Amino acid sequence: MNETSLAIRKFSDLANPTRFLALAARVLPWLAVLTVVCFAIGLWLSFTTEGDYQQGETVRIMYVHVPSAWLSMMCYTVMAISALGTLVWRHPLADVSAKAAAPIGASFTFLALVTGSLWGKPMWGTWWVWDARLTSVFVLFLMYLGVIALNRAMEDPARSARVSAVLVLVGFVNIPIIKFSVDWWNTLHQPASVFRLDGPTIDPEFLWPLMAMAIAFTLLFFSLHVAAMRNEIWRRRVTSLRRQAARNAGRETLAP
Amino acid sequence: MRLLVEGLSARRGEDLIFNDISFALAPGEALIVTGPNGSGKSTLLRVLAGLLAAESGRLYIDGGPTGFKHPHELSHYLGHRNAMKRELTVEENLSFWQSFLGDSPGGAGISTAAAGEAVGLGGITHLPFGYLSAGQQRRMAMAKLLVAHRPIWILDEPTAALDAGADRLFSELVAAHLERGGIVIAATHQPLGIGQSQALQMKGFVH
Amino acid sequence: MIALFFRDLKLAVRAGGGAMLGVLFFMTVVAVIPFGVGPDLNLLARIGPAILWIGALLASLLGLDRLFQAEREDGSLDLLLMQETPLLLTVFVKCTAHWSATGLPLVVASPFLGLFMNMNELAIGATMATLLAGTPAITFIGAVGAAVAVALPRGGLLVSILVLPLAVPVLIFGISAVYAAIEDPAPFLPPFMILMAITLFFAVIGPVAAAAALRHSAD
Repeated sequence: MNETSLAIRKFSDLANPTRFLALAARVLPWLAVLTVVCFAIGLWLSFTTEGDYQQGETVRIMYVHVPSAWLSMMCYTVMAISALGTLVWRHPLADVSAKAAAPIGASFTFLALVTGSLWGKPMWGTWWVWDARLTSVFVLFLMYLGVIALNRAMEDPARSARVSAVLVLVGFVNIPIIKFSVDWWNTLHQPASVFRLDGPTIDPEFLWPLMAMAIAFTLLFFSLHVAAMRNEIWRRRVTSLRRQAARNAGRETLAP
Repeated sequence: MRLLVEGLSARRGEDLIFNDISFALAPGEALIVTGPNGSGKSTLLRVLAGLLAAESGRLYIDGGPTGFKHPHELSHYLGHRNAMKRELTVEENLSFWQSFLGDSPGGAGISTAAAGEAVGLGGITHLPFGYLSAGQQRRMAMAKLLVAHRPIWILDEPTAALDAGADRLFSELVAAHLERGGIVIAATHQPLGIGQSQALQMKGFVH
Repeated sequence: MIALFFRDLKLAVRAGGGAMLGVLFFMTVVAVIPFGVGPDLNLLARIGPAILWIGALLASLLGLDRLFQAEREDGSLDLLLMQETPLLLTVFVKCTAHWSATGLPLVVASPFLGLFMNMNELAIGATMATLLAGTPAITFIGAVGAAVAVALPRGGLLVSILVLPLAVPVLIFGISAVYAAIEDPAPFLPPFMILMAITLFFAVIGPVAAAAALRHSAD
């Protein structure tokens, strides 16, 4: 019990917003550089590999589509963990993390939807079909927007954090549905071909650029997330300074 | 220019709120309306502001600028609520009312920054209105009276939610307005500390 | 008047404003339809324009009840009523600002939702054009409802009930113009012109009626 409480204390030491800011200032430049390097490698690999004999050049859309789809789910998972942190451990940074992640997740989901539909037009002959995978991802997008709208609607961050944490956790039901939709229902969207129990079925030709892009996208997510968290902390400090200024104003001029 | 009220009466629903009220105000004069709760102070002021129709009687301006049919077009009205948006900054609120209200003939409003100074809250006009305390919000609502010129001020409980210092500051604003030849009609419980003024005691209408 | 327009626009966009919510509601309404009618693409393409129109109609009703109620709650309505500028002009400007903040985003979002409905380019273009021409009419009609219900404590639902029957002609001509554009024999222009005429008609009648209602709602 002592060990766990020690671990928690260390963890909450890190969670001190001031320490987080110092850490973010040190980590962000490296993270950004690493992201750029990974993107350079990933893009170079993506454009130098051969096109698919059936799909032609459109296969390259996959290198953007698949990583952003993964991230759309990972980001929601990060939000759900943060929501747990808010509700269970009352971690001071958890709601900052959840709030900062929502717009990033929405962007990746949007990217996944757009690239998917660009690929679908030449392949399936339509921009959109209402199959299980696509629909559940679209529902995920709507949920992101709902969380953002909820966060924006409430002025007091402490109160809005609890409420939106509940919403995020309830919405987490959707993530397994998205992941397994292609296996549970026989739909137009192809089944998983990378993360499988019996090893990837995708050709190594495509696997390497895909993995490079996936790493690049993940790094991009973490850089954006850390930066957004830092901005959110700054924003809250500015707000509290402004409230302080409002409280102090006009005292000295009117003192009887 | 004189504000003349003759035999004014008003009703709300079936009840006659007040009956046969007459007064005349010349430039530089103030009318302080007093009376217990429910005696019809607010109703009188809302009739004067043109927000309620009078049951009978006349309400007009003698010798004012041409083209104004009703005194309310030459009036500021400060009601119980501040008419400011919480989401916008004080500066945005004030400059909106400045350009929306415009100046009546015969005067000019002061800038929003100067109006903030005049109510003793010069430094915080960049803050959202919702950040301010109730007293500060009330003072900013008074700054609204200064940004656009109106010869007549109609004030309903102007000093509610104000502390003693702000009370005094507000009396000075009213006195300055009267000095410039303005007319003030105020309903209040507390004395406004204005030297020369008429008084109207509302008693409520007894059936 | 320009100041009023920009103030209302700012209020709609700032935190807690309703500008984004309308679009979100629109998307959600359109997204649940395929769950109800099934994912048959041909069927969706056929009923797509009607779904977009109904979704846009419902979404533009959302924030309408706040149009004058928010002004009344903080006392701004009194000052708006007192001015020498004609009240109907004030109402007109408020409607335009409200439409720019909530109606215009719906028009912009409609092509994307059209793709979800498997509509072709012509149908999407026609829907967008009719929405652009028709949604202002809904706002102007809605202003009347909002003005009538301004003093009521829970006027939101009542506004929708008052406005929806009046908005039926807009819906009829909007949708018939879209179907005229898609299906060959019927010409597109006549219903579209009638739609624009309805909008212009309500642009005049709406503010007049709303101003009258606001004058009598004062207490």
